[in-house]
Amino acid sequence: METMRPGAEAVRVKGWFGAHRWLILRRISQLTVLALFLSGPWFGVWIAKGNLVSSLTLGVLPLTDPYLFVQSLAAGFMPAATALIGAAIVVAFYALFGGRLYCAWVCPVNAVTDAAAWLRRRLGLKSGRVPDANTRYWVLAGSLLAAAATSSLVWEAVNPVTIVQRSLIFGLGGSLAVVIAIFAYDLLVASRGWCGHLCPMGAFYGLLGQKSLLRITADQRGACDDCMDCFTVCPEPQVIRPALKKAGQDSPLILDRDCTNCGRCIDVCGRNVFHFTHRFDQRSDS
Amino acid sequence: MQTDPTAKLQGKPGAAPTSVARRKFLNSIAAAAGTGCLLTLGAVMAGRPAAANPAQALRPPGALAEEDFLAACIRCGLCVRDCPYDTLKLAPFGDTVANGTPFFTARQVACEMCDDIPCVKACPTGALTPKLNDIHEAKMGLAVLSDHETCLNFLGLRCDVCYRVCPVIDQAITLENVHNQRSDRHAMLLPTVHSDHCTGCGKCEKACVLPEPAIKVMPISLARGKLPEHYRKGWEEKAKHGGSLIGDQVEMPVRGMEGKAYGDSRVDGPAAGLNSGWKP
Ligand code: SF4
Ligand code: SF4
Ligand code: SF4
Ligand code: SF4
Ligand code: SF4
Repeated sequence: METMRPGAEAVRVKGWFGAHRWLILRRISQLTVLALFLSGPWFGVWIAKGNLVSSLTLGVLPLTDPYLFVQSLAAGFMPAATALIGAAIVVAFYALFGGRLYCAWVCPVNAVTDAAAWLRRRLGLKSGRVPDANTRYWVLAGSLLAAAATSSLVWEAVNPVTIVQRSLIFGLGGSLAVVIAIFAYDLLVASRGWCGHLCPMGAFYGLLGQKSLLRITADQRGACDDCMDCFTVCPEPQVIRPALKKAGQDSPLILDRDCTNCGRCIDVCGRNVFHFTHRFDQRSDS
Repeated sequence: MQTDPTAKLQGKPGAAPTSVARRKFLNSIAAAAGTGCLLTLGAVMAGRPAAANPAQALRPPGALAEEDFLAACIRCGLCVRDCPYDTLKLAPFGDTVANGTPFFTARQVACEMCDDIPCVKACPTGALTPKLNDIHEAKMGLAVLSDHETCLNFLGLRCDVCYRVCPVIDQAITLENVHNQRSDRHAMLLPTVHSDHCTGCGKCEKACVLPEPAIKVMPISLARGKLPEHYRKGWEEKAKHGGSLIGDQVEMPVRGMEGKAYGDSRVDGPAAGLNSGWKP
């Protein structure tokens, strides 16, 4: 299928910016998060201290990654109140707005895996061996079991997400190898391999946002002309079919917990099939 | 197999339960479980070498014992950010210190023993225990005068730098006066560390004038020896009980010491053995 790049029609209909709106907003969001952490060490303007695992914003707002918090619990340590409050705030936010919002809008690894997926499409790579999408839940369970068995946060010895974040924010060396490894894995071995199949952090946030309010709807699915562009760009393409093709559900809402709320399907659709909405919006043109 | 985990899933209308589909499903679960377990095992192996902190890396004040610390520290770096002297660092990926955890290297930047202990206050988890509210109670490590052959004071010179920079001077580190047998007319002032007062701040190691310090701060587990449980120190028991527990000892005469109190071994006048014969 070398005919047209996904989104070509959308660019024609909506213009380049219209067809990249959510992508651009996402990149801005990811960079803003980083910038809030970097303004302190770089310019002495302290907005957020710490890193995405746990931070203190403007000296008052504590935020703690619930996955790390749970690992610590599994290792047999009950973190102090500040971390508990921080984790509670984060849990509440993502439970409301979609757990994997974190993946699409915050996590810096997302840009790396997106780049690998983009290059893979451009090069027309079809090769590879993709692990089962459920592997991430086994890694998630395994990381907690390993923490319990060893009484230490062993997953953090290798967790590429926290390694990359920390290195970016603290200017540590040693993370480039991790970035290259993930990029190469996604490009050469498994399409969307890391974020879509292995990352336990993504799995954790997915579970967290199962019942979230914010959802993507394929409310204009009657207009769909089967160009498949949304399936091509979606990092979790399996989530689209039930809503778009009424496979196993009538609702036009994408209800699968793996949807990252990235909005690329909205961008790339020349027929404006998809929109952001809330979980109770059942409107649909077919 | 008593219950078939796939039965429920395939009982849904539309999904015809065929043994092929079931086998596929079970296969994919097995593959996922296998990959997941392998990845976790890899993480455990990768994390293992970092389980014991290397001797050069000291934990911040208030850090829980290393095993507990590795369960408690979520590697956020808030302690690092709030240390005004840039003492603390986060371990980068690939370091011998557990990836992402805070540590400091005494010889590079020592801990200044801040009165308000900002690093401890910053820690959201309690990995640096808030129970530490007097920095003098900190036990980041223990200084050890590890090399008697190069320490300038042991050579009979006056250096004393470690002694003089110590924030807990005359308690954590003292100069013990010992007769210099080599010159026979000088004292050696031996820097001596006392574990009950040393905080492990590392200032002595940082300040040692030698190209490689003769005094080093080590994690306590590495630095300390341990007496057997049943040992009692006679002089302590004596002080505690107001007298020797085994009663007075038989006094044996020592030749050449007649007329001196028992236990006084000092020699009068120039003693043959010790005089080097040196003349100005
Ligand atoms: S799946 Fe993991 S690495 Fe990918 S964006 Fe989500 S948290 Fe980041
Ligand atoms: S369905 Fe749309 S919003 Fe959800 S992950 Fe796929 S492209 Fe992103
Ligand atoms: S006591 Fe002060 S100098 Fe020492 S590690 Fe803590 S913040 Fe840094
Ligand atoms: S502030 Fe506490 S949890 Fe964070 S890195 Fe320091 S010791 Fe670890
Ligand atoms: S580490 Fe050295 S300077 Fe610090 S308290 Fe101990 S003896 Fe003193």
